[in-house]
Amino acid sequence: MPARVEISHLCKSFGPLRAVDDVSFTVEAGEVLGFLGPNGAGKSTTMKMVTGFLAPTSGTAVVCGHDVLEAPLEVKRSIGYLPEGAPAYGEMTPRGFLEFCASVRGLSGQRARSAVERAVELTQLQGVTRQRIETLSKGYKRRVGIAQAILHDPEVLILDEPTDGLDPNQKFEVRALIQEMGKDKVIILSTHILEEVDAVCSRAIIIANGQLKADGTPEQLHDHAWGGRALRVGVLGAQQGDVSPVLAGLPGVERVEFLGGSDHATPVAGAPAAGAGVAAPTASANGLLVFRVWPSGGQDIRAEVGRCLQQSSWTLAELSQEQSGLDRVFREITTSGGASDAATASAAGEASR
Amino acid sequence: MNPTLSIFRREFRGYFATPVAYVFLIVFLLLTGVFTFSSDLGNFFGRNQADLQSFFGFHPWLYMILVPAISMRLWAEERNQGTIEMLMTLPVTMGQAVLGKFLAAWAFTGVALALTFPVWVTVNYLGDPDNGVIVAGYIGSLLMAGSYLAVGACISAFTKNQVIAFVVSVMALLVFTMAGWPTVLDALPDAVPQVLEEAVASLSSYTHFQAIVRGVVDVRDVLFFVTFTALWLFANAVVIEQRKAS
Repeated sequence: MPARVEISHLCKSFGPLRAVDDVSFTVEAGEVLGFLGPNGAGKSTTMKMVTGFLAPTSGTAVVCGHDVLEAPLEVKRSIGYLPEGAPAYGEMTPRGFLEFCASVRGLSGQRARSAVERAVELTQLQGVTRQRIETLSKGYKRRVGIAQAILHDPEVLILDEPTDGLDPNQKFEVRALIQEMGKDKVIILSTHILEEVDAVCSRAIIIANGQLKADGTPEQLHDHAWGGRALRVGVLGAQQGDVSPVLAGLPGVERVEFLGGSDHATPVAGAPAAGAGVAAPTASANGLLVFRVWPSGGQDIRAEVGRCLQQSSWTLAELSQEQSGLDRVFREITTSGGASDAATASAAGEASR
Repeated sequence: MNPTLSIFRREFRGYFATPVAYVFLIVFLLLTGVFTFSSDLGNFFGRNQADLQSFFGFHPWLYMILVPAISMRLWAEERNQGTIEMLMTLPVTMGQAVLGKFLAAWAFTGVALALTFPVWVTVNYLGDPDNGVIVAGYIGSLLMAGSYLAVGACISAFTKNQVIAFVVSVMALLVFTMAGWPTVLDALPDAVPQVLEEAVASLSSYTHFQAIVRGVVDVRDVLFFVTFTALWLFANAVVIEQRKAS
């Protein structure tokens, strides 16, 4: 039976705080799932519940057919887990530590030796196996943690920030390792580095405030970003109340948002001076007014907007496309007001499966 | 290999990987020596008796201070370093983890106790002691060390801070050592019924230990230490289960 992790309606409360709120998803073998979210979003807590370290307040996780509440030992056997910060016993050597893990996992003799050899090789720990772990650099410590997680060649790998603290070369190697192993395993990794999702993940889930906000392939999330890719439009010599309806009336425009104005016509919207503009936008009759224009359905409406404003009596001072990519999707979804976008992305993810 | 045994081996070796073990052994042996032979305290020579009463008599007090030095790190360090998350996501049950750690610490105190053999050699060289009584004394001492370790392990599970674990453990052990003494019993309010006062007094590990050291290995005294240890280990498991995340 191919490996599979099913998480259903997982909730965890710490007192009044709802750290994880009704999170459900399924990961199949061959998928590398990137678990994205700001710090404190509930990524680690979710992972701790799937690995059986924390008991869920409600809901459960089924790993390779075993329910984590009913058969925690079977679940722990089939999972390799790298906890956040890659904790390990500092007074031990990497070899001693891995041998300990092997023996707890019921490997002995030749099987234990070859498992330790393999893990050491894959994580390139050869040079430091006889040094105490507490004397190792952060990168090596992290690799000891990864070696411990892959030691028993588990069907499911759960890695909490596997590349945190690694230098770019080490990051590259760890990502290559994850991709290699991801072919026949379930891999769930958490990260807040978005390029990592592009680099290794076949699917990404965004979680914020304990809730699942988006679920799809990195491409789908990119498309979503393109669909919501807004224009920044700066106009001189106009009144906000006049410009907004004009822009909103253009074909292909979904929505217009006024970002602020400046009396000094400095092209820096959002600067402190803009505050006054927001309070009394009509006052800045001769200043720069900055708008965000949302296209509908991913159209490129730059030409449209440019032409319209050239024909008007106002001066077009700025016209640019806002930065795209996962980090914008991420920011949008994980800060408040991204609910509708989340639904879109989530639906996209649903349709893909 | 059984996970309990794996954990036991790792923990036991762990003592000798740091200076902790050697410092502990030296201090323990030094203090047992001083207490036993000093003419003000144990007065081994002055008593002119071929037994080890002056040796065992100070063990409750020594353990009160030294056992927390071993037990304080058992869980507090695991929690402080975050390794508890690693340990508890390995395929081990809570019972196996608690037992493996406890047995390692107990075996270590066993090593310390075994290293006091020169005292036993001395008394046999100088006189003709009842070695059965001495064996009983060693058994009693080991049982008491185990029960103290169980208390210390449970307290260690409450905190990430080893110093807090140490201080609180010493306090708790002081109470249990002296439970049968007027100091503790007088502290109980007068309204406390006689039965309860006797119950508190029977918790005194000192009383049970003295009974065994006199050479009478009574089932009730042994049972006291075994039950006491088991209860504290159970409490240890409950505390870890409840508080491992915090």
